[in-house]
Amino acid sequence: MKNLNKTAKFLIGAAAATLLTATTVMAQSPEDKGMEIAIAADKADTGWGDSTVSMRMIMTNANGQTTTRDIRLRNLEVIGDGLGDKSLSIFDTPRDVKGTAFLSHTKVLEADDQWLLLPALGRVKRISSANKSGPFMGSEFAFEDILSPEIPKYTYKYLRDEACAEVECFVMERVPTYENSGYTKQVVWVDKEAHRYMKIDFYDRKDSHLKTLTFRDYKQYLDKYWRAGRFEMVNHQSGKNTVLEYDNYEFATGLTDGDFTSNRLKTIR
Amino acid sequence: MINKKLFLSLLTLPLVVISTPLKSQAGEWDITTEVTAEARLFPYAPAFPGQKEMTVSPSFSAETEVVYEFNDFADRLTFKPFVRVDAHDDNRTHFDIRQASWWHLGEGWDFKAGLDFVYWGVTESRHLVNIINQDDALEDLDGEDKLGQPMINLNIERDYGTFSFFALPGFREREYLQFNRRLAGPVRVDGDLATFEAGSGNQHVDFAARWQHYFGNWEVGVSHFHGTSREARLNPFMNGEEMVFAPHYDQIDQTAVDVQYTTGATLWKFEAMARSGQGERFAAFVGGFEHTFYTVIDGRADIGLLVEYLYDGRDPLLAPFTISDNDIFVGARFALNDTQDTSFLAGGTIDHENGSSFALLEAQTRLGSDWTIELEGRFFINVDQNDPTHFFAQDDFINLKIARFF
Repeated sequence: MKNLNKTAKFLIGAAAATLLTATTVMAQSPEDKGMEIAIAADKADTGWGDSTVSMRMIMTNANGQTTTRDIRLRNLEVIGDGLGDKSLSIFDTPRDVKGTAFLSHTKVLEADDQWLLLPALGRVKRISSANKSGPFMGSEFAFEDILSPEIPKYTYKYLRDEACAEVECFVMERVPTYENSGYTKQVVWVDKEAHRYMKIDFYDRKDSHLKTLTFRDYKQYLDKYWRAGRFEMVNHQSGKNTVLEYDNYEFATGLTDGDFTSNRLKTIR
Repeated sequence: MINKKLFLSLLTLPLVVISTPLKSQAGEWDITTEVTAEARLFPYAPAFPGQKEMTVSPSFSAETEVVYEFNDFADRLTFKPFVRVDAHDDNRTHFDIRQASWWHLGEGWDFKAGLDFVYWGVTESRHLVNIINQDDALEDLDGEDKLGQPMINLNIERDYGTFSFFALPGFREREYLQFNRRLAGPVRVDGDLATFEAGSGNQHVDFAARWQHYFGNWEVGVSHFHGTSREARLNPFMNGEEMVFAPHYDQIDQTAVDVQYTTGATLWKFEAMARSGQGERFAAFVGGFEHTFYTVIDGRADIGLLVEYLYDGRDPLLAPFTISDNDIFVGARFALNDTQDTSFLAGGTIDHENGSSFALLEAQTRLGSDWTIELEGRFFINVDQNDPTHFFAQDDFINLKIARFF
C-alpha cells in the first residue's frame, strides 16, 4: 500500500511537471508514461550528494582472454538548471597509464566539459567531449553508456510490463536526443518498485541488437540510494564482454566543487 | 655543476617533513618503477670522420617514484630518481632527480617546495611557453623530457582563475651529447665552459607567474618568466687547438599567452611569446588545430589530424638557435581503442623556406598488463645544405623500447 501510494503521488507530480492535466493520467500515451518512468528513476536517485568507489574493469575478448583496469571514481551530484553531475576517474592499473585522471563536468543539453591529466608530463589537457559512441578505455562500454542519464538526453516510450530477475519491471524504449550517438534506440528495464535500471538493450545505427547491459548485485546506501555492484555488458556482434565490479561505495565523503576543478586535477593521484 | 648545496638541502627537506607527521597519523606509501631496455638503430654511415658508427646502440633506464601521502592526503612527499646507462654515449649515461618535493594541498590553494616539474601550454609540435624546466636534451629530440627544477611554488585558485607564483632558486644547465657520437653535431659542445650573463651564474634565482582560467570552451593562460634562459647560445671558443662551443645563458624576460578553444571534435590551439634579452625583443608563436574523426575504423578506432604553423622571429646570431622559425607541422594520430591501448603517430615539420623536413613516427602497445613496447623513428628528410639540421642528416634513427612496470 505504501508503495502504491508513493507511485500515485509520483504520477501526479510527474504529470504536473509535464503540464498534463490530471485526467490524462488515465489515458496517457506511451510517450508520457515512458517520460514518467524516466522521471521516477531520476527522482529516486536525487539527493545522494557525493560518493567515492573503486571500480575494476574486466574486459574479455571472443577467445576468453581477459584484461583488467583498476579505476577510482569520485562523483559529485550537481542540482541546477542545465547542469549535470561532476565526476573524476583516476586510473591505477595498467601501470603504464597509472595516474592518468579524467575529469568531466556533465551538462544536460550542451557538450560536457572534459579534461585529462597526463601525469608523465604533468599536463592537464582540455579534451573534446564529442566522442559519444567510441569505446571507453578499450572496453565494450561506449562513452555514452557511462554518462549520467539526464532526462532530456532521450525521448521515451513505454512498451510493456514484464518480470525481470526477481522483480517486476516497466519496459520502455528511449532514443538519444544528443548528437553523435551510436544508437538508434535502447530498450530499458526499470524496476517498478525502486525505479532501478535492471537491463538495457542497445541497438546500433543499423537498428540491430548490438549489446546488452545487465545490472546486478544492487545494494542500498544511506537507506535510500541503490547502486549496482556489477555491470555486465555483452557485445552480441563481436562476442566480447566487459564487466565493471564496484567495491567500497562511500557516501557523504566531504567532496565539494573545489575537488572537481581543472586546476585541482593537476594535483590528483 | 648545479648549485649542490641547494640541491642537497632540497633533497633533505622531505626527510625533515616526514619525521613530524608519522607519529600523529599513518600515511600511505606508493612506489612505482619503470625499467626500460632500448636499442637505437642508425642505418646510415656517420657524417663526420671520427664520429662513432653506433649502428645498433643499446641503452637501459630506470625510474622509480616513491610517494608518501599523509595528513588525510593533504600533504604529499614525492621522490623520483631517474638513471640511464648508454652503451656508446658517456654523456647520455646520466642520472637526475626528477622530483624530490613536498606538496601541500589547501582548500583553494596549494604549495610546493623542492625539485619538481610544471607543464604550461596547449600545442603539440613545439612547447613554446613551457619554460620552467630545463629540457633533458640527452633523452630525445622532442623536448618532452625535463630535468627536475628547484622551486617554491604557490597556486591560488579563485572564481576568476588560478594564480601561480614561482621562485626558482638554482639553474639546471642543459646537457649535451658526447662529441663524436650520433646526433652530437660537427663541433664539441663543452658544458664545463658554460658562461652566464647573471653575476650569480647558475645560482641566479628566477621568478615566474601565471594566470590560468577557462571560460566555457576557452582555456586561457598568461605567464611571465624573468631569469636565466633555458636555451643556451653556443659561442665558438678556442680550447687549445680545438674549436668548441661554449654555452652561454642570457638573462631574459618572456611574456607568453596560450589559448585553446574546444568545439565539437576540434581543438584550436595557439601559443605565443615575446622575449627580451637575446638581441632585439622578438616574438614567436605556434598555432593550429587538432581534429579527431571518432570511431571511423570498424566503429572503434579514431584518427586525429594535427596541423600547426610555427613562427619564430629571433635573430639567429644573437639568440639561441631554433629550427622552428617558419615551419608547418602536419601529423596524424591513430588510436585503435583496444584493450592494449595501441596507438600510432606520424608527423613531420617542414621548413617553409627551404623544404627541409623532420619526420617522426611512433607506435606503441601494451603486452600483458605490465609491459609496453614502443617503436619510434626520427628522420631528417630533404635537408637543405644551408639548413642547420643538415649536420644531422645522416643521423636518422629507429628506436625500439621495451618497458616493464612494477
